Amino acid sequence: MAEITLVEAVAMAQVRAMQDDPTVLVLGEDVGRDGGVFRATDGLLERFGPERVIDTPLAEGLIAGMSVGLAAQGFRPVAEIQFMGFVYPAIDQIVNHASRLRNRTRGRLSCPMVLRMPMGTGIKAPEHHSESMEAMFAHVPGLRVVIPSSPMRAYGLLLAAIRDPDPVIFLEPTRIYRAVREEVEDHGEAAELDRCFVLREGGDITLVTWGAMTRETLAAADALAEEGIHAEVIDVATIKPLDEDTILQSVGKTGRCVIVHEAALTGGFGGEIAARLADRGLLSLTAPVRRVAGWDTVMPLPRMEDLYLPSVARILKAARETVSYQ
Amino acid sequence: MKPETDIGTPDLDPRRYWPLLRYLDKAGAAIAPLPDGLDDRDILVSLYRAMVTTRTFDQKAVSLQRTGRLGTYASSLGQEAVSVGVGASMHKHDVLLPAFRDHGTMLWRGVTMTEILQYWSGDERGCDFAGPREDFPVAIPVASQATHAVGVAMAFQLRKEPRVAVCIVGDGATSKGDFYEAINACGVWKLPAVFVINNNQWAISEPTRMQTATPTLAQKAVAAGIAGSRVDGNDVVAVHDVVSRALDEARRGRPQLVEALTYRLGDHTTADDARRYRDDAEVSARWQEEPILRLRNYLVGRDWWGKADEEALIREVRAEVDRAAEAYLALPPQEPTAIFDYLHETLPPSLAGQRRMVEDGDG
Repeated sequence: MAEITLVEAVAMAQVRAMQDDPTVLVLGEDVGRDGGVFRATDGLLERFGPERVIDTPLAEGLIAGMSVGLAAQGFRPVAEIQFMGFVYPAIDQIVNHASRLRNRTRGRLSCPMVLRMPMGTGIKAPEHHSESMEAMFAHVPGLRVVIPSSPMRAYGLLLAAIRDPDPVIFLEPTRIYRAVREEVEDHGEAAELDRCFVLREGGDITLVTWGAMTRETLAAADALAEEGIHAEVIDVATIKPLDEDTILQSVGKTGRCVIVHEAALTGGFGGEIAARLADRGLLSLTAPVRRVAGWDTVMPLPRMEDLYLPSVARILKAARETVSYQ
Repeated sequence: MKPETDIGTPDLDPRRYWPLLRYLDKAGAAIAPLPDGLDDRDILVSLYRAMVTTRTFDQKAVSLQRTGRLGTYASSLGQEAVSVGVGASMHKHDVLLPAFRDHGTMLWRGVTMTEILQYWSGDERGCDFAGPREDFPVAIPVASQATHAVGVAMAFQLRKEPRVAVCIVGDGATSKGDFYEAINACGVWKLPAVFVINNNQWAISEPTRMQTATPTLAQKAVAAGIAGSRVDGNDVVAVHDVVSRALDEARRGRPQLVEALTYRLGDHTTADDARRYRDDAEVSARWQEEPILRLRNYLVGRDWWGKADEEALIREVRAEVDRAAEAYLALPPQEPTAIFDYLHETLPPSLAGQRRMVEDGDG
């Protein structure tokens, strides 16, 4: 079993899904001959041919819209948007059509499509390439929003997303595309959607996070352990629909919670989790819920992006304050 | 270095390159022999009946809206020939991706009047067509259905099925990126798709000249590398002929764009008052060339239609429309929990809680 990167796991899951199901198609800009600008579709064209691996014109609205048409016709399109910052022309299709087709036809037509796209900062990319807009999609009824945090989960969750009968927004944190290697068995088994993963158990504080921020959060948990503070770390993975029970259960045990995300603070998905805790977990809380998030600024150009990104130090500070709250 | 030629104005003279195909003149007289197969009483009467049905249905829908028994409704008054002509040209197994004013096409395809009324009353069950199960529901965002047609046509191409995706858009839709992205992609992939521009000359208050500087909309096909043509959209014979040929071409992998030139005699929707932006004189002139009168004049001229036929038809169509309206008004409402039940194939646990609250009346 080979150790592979997250982006290789994404490619592996797509190969597996295409082998298993002839209705799975991959489409997008540069996904064929070039294998995707991040190589997430590398080798697919040679393996499955141009009828199943389709290089599209440079038109995001088209990519999302034609996926709706293909999905309604019984295919399972897995479409790539090259960077999340370029998804906006496709928003009309995602919000008004993909997410609603089943509902507006009372189930006559459905939309089993996956829209994959890299998200987030950390690779010194140009302007518009580094934002984390997951909360925008999470707000849309009818969508699933999935964010893997490791090669293994990328493989399992992408398989699950492709096999899901409804539209899934699959966000791939570019910062950890190649930063971690992990043994991933190509067993063809999907991971469970709509479930949080407990990455580390602990009884003193719950750290809730997703995507690339799991790295800093786990590093913070390590540092806290050295101080005798045992943090439970939860990878939300599917932010919509949210598995609030796992989070509530953990906070029921620890009484304390810090939510960590890369996206801007205001209107970020951490606010939703904090609200759920206030609604259903208030009496188990022994300290206010804190959020460590990106600033409410435009994502700075690469020279300043580290300043934007929540650091281990910021997570540690919030965690210590929460644990020592009287 | 000096350029060899000046940059000039484009030479796309509509008279030379984009002739308007027409068989019946504005008064309903044949100006050319009718195409093979269409110079037939039964066929022409079926088209006539469908146009009359569409108009009668429209009138009923508007009156239901005016009496508070239907939501906002978009009438197709004056555009029946485009709507019916497109529907009649399609094969049963083709797939329609309509705009929100294509009731005539939908009715021809087998969507019921009751379903259309149900949709415009605000009940999603109206899009669960008992009839053409693969046809798309109307798209309210303008031009967005054009890219769906690309996916549908690609599905046909991949499965090597002799089917066509037929997408109808309005003139305003041609100003949108989605429209161009769709026809462009169909050109690249040679997909079996036909785009019909139902050019009724008004996008709410904006006339076509405020949508485009091009003399025709058909010529938009040039940039996409596909075939474009123009037809008199008030001549159902011409619409049927041109769209049928476009469908044949598309079935052979040659995507088509057809501009059907018609006129919206009514308001944009029941929420609109076209008198705010449009002269009465313009509208009354357009009544002289409307499609139903035009075909009736032709039929009468051929002794294929008379007063008794007309009276019988009106009687039958009114009865049919009334029955549909009664059926619509008698429909039981959806269960309140239905708002949750089609969001996903399986209801996620987090939504199950909200559904229970609605079920318990805690909403």
